[in-house]
Amino acid sequence: MSLAFSEEARARFEKTLARYPNREAAILPTLHLAQREFGYLSDEAIQYVADLLGFTPAYIEGVATFYTMYNRKPVGKYHLQICRNLSCSLMGAEHLIEHVAKRLGVKPGETTADGRFTLSTVECLGSCGTAPVMQVNDDYYESLSEESIEGLLDRLL
Amino acid sequence: MELVLTTHFGNDRYRHVDTYVRLGGYAALRKAISMPKEEIVEEVKKANLRGRGGAGFPAGVKWGFLPKDLSRPRILVINADEGEPGTFKDRLIMSRGPHLMIEGIVITCYALTTHTCYIYIRGEFVREADIVQEAIDEAYAEGYLGRNILGSGFDLDVTIHLGAGAYICGEETSLINSLEGKRGWPRVKPPFPASVGVFGQPTIVNNVETIADIPWIVTHGGEKFASLGVEKDGGTRLICVSGPVKKPGVYELPVGTSLHSIIYEHAGGLRDGKTLKAVIPGGSSTPVLRANEIDVPFDFESLQKIGTMAGSGGVIVIPEGTCMVRSLSVLMNFYAHESCGQCTPCREGCGWLARILRRIEDGEGREEDVELILGVCDNMLGRTICPLADAAVMPAQSFIWKFREEFDQHIQEAKCPYGNRF
Ligand SMILES: Cc1cc2nc3c(=O)[nH]c(=O)nc-3n(C[C@H](O)[C@H](O)[C@H](O)COP(=O)(O)O)c2cc1C
Ligand code: SF4
Ligand code: FES
Repeated sequence: MSLAFSEEARARFEKTLARYPNREAAILPTLHLAQREFGYLSDEAIQYVADLLGFTPAYIEGVATFYTMYNRKPVGKYHLQICRNLSCSLMGAEHLIEHVAKRLGVKPGETTADGRFTLSTVECLGSCGTAPVMQVNDDYYESLSEESIEGLLDRLL
Repeated sequence: MELVLTTHFGNDRYRHVDTYVRLGGYAALRKAISMPKEEIVEEVKKANLRGRGGAGFPAGVKWGFLPKDLSRPRILVINADEGEPGTFKDRLIMSRGPHLMIEGIVITCYALTTHTCYIYIRGEFVREADIVQEAIDEAYAEGYLGRNILGSGFDLDVTIHLGAGAYICGEETSLINSLEGKRGWPRVKPPFPASVGVFGQPTIVNNVETIADIPWIVTHGGEKFASLGVEKDGGTRLICVSGPVKKPGVYELPVGTSLHSIIYEHAGGLRDGKTLKAVIPGGSSTPVLRANEIDVPFDFESLQKIGTMAGSGGVIVIPEGTCMVRSLSVLMNFYAHESCGQCTPCREGCGWLARILRRIEDGEGREEDVELILGVCDNMLGRTICPLADAAVMPAQSFIWKFREEFDQHIQEAKCPYGNRF
């Protein structure tokens, strides 16, 4: 098998294991770590996590697919996740989603041909007071307008 | 006005232990470890501190459900999943005052003789989790966590566990499964977490804000905290105001502050000359109010009396000109997406509600659709493992009861009178 954690990830994994009374409880943190290391959770990544923790890949897959943040398919370098819940919708999220989709030439759920952007719509990000909100990888961009999102896309392009 | 939590939230260094201690932090912990444990629990009972996660269960009473004997180690879990649409206060505590939560954790664990605590933070809050981890590391370094805390002989370990994008994991038994590495399926109760929780151990689950209130209660006494609020519902609350108001945000206000003044004084009223149409007072799962129903004190009992709930304090302001069918459709898509699928009435019901609303909004509603929605709601209420099904029914029923004419108009005119947009 070709996939393996870097030394740093391996160290983080060992530290994580020590915080729990059993290996099962380390499944979520290890999947997070694997997604960071490998970009997304390919079949090989699932197999790797399964071997590390001593479960079958089918079991790990069953857990992973329950949670929306684990990507079983590759995502773009920048994962644009725009909140579509009520507070954001009241502040113009629908227009923002249409605008970004048009600008990038993709529909929500799709990745640009150059692999740079994936556009997703997501549920409430817990930041409704600064709606509309978009998460890009680990960061939140808040109180967005068409202009500010244009500026952001220009910087990321 | 007396503030319990947010006094120093404007100070960027408050998230660090040195500043926190300089401004009086961890003094409550020093006091707590010199008190008999039962006395701490007694103060929290006297405080009338009701859970800030949504259900409003009195914290001190919940703690009392732990089995009396200490033979099985107990676990404290902090619910930082913050997924209820309209709610964004725990994020503020974690990013501006993480040591308030940590000090609350240490005091609570000391009082309940618990040596393990997990903080379950929603997976999207990567930055907040980093801030909390830094604060935890500082607390270990300064002897507020770890072995023999402040020389008391008391040991405590705190670990952050990140969620991975599932609203249902905010429900406490789902959260427990998720913490154990499983799918976040809610568990059938009983047994309740206080007897069989994480890893089979007696477990208390409390919201971030609930626990962050504990240091103040220890410092000032339960009675003082109770006196800030109303009868049987003490203290202040972090009220989140979203929607097109002039000053959206989190406001720390005494329990019992009127909803009208929350919207018009604190949040500055509606912006751009808009007028108020409706308010969802306690997060998306609480029944909607008409504009003329907001002269009500924001506390659990007062809101319950008028048929809604204080929930997690997420006030969503809906202006005139907003389509209520479209708004409800957005919410039902959310519940349909988040139902874990274990119970047929919830899995099928949420899906049905989302689909029927979509077709009404798209001008394809049938004459019987409104009654159909109410019928689906009846079949969901109280028939499921966890309250998510009820959480979907509350907005669905109330939107129809209070704005029925809009639903009928969509169906009669076979189109959305608002042009199918927000
Ligand atoms: C579907 C659902 C989602 C919930 N989400 C949250 C949440 O995000 N945060 C939270 O603290 N409580 C949430 N709760 C409430 C918890 O189940 C639990 O009552 C709470 O964490 C207890 O803490 P408290 O007593 O301090 O409020 C949710 C409940 C349900 C049914
Ligand atoms: S009510 Fe819905 S979310 Fe709750 S356990 Fe049943 S199916 Fe899952
Ligand atoms: S509704 Fe968009 S962040 Fe809450």
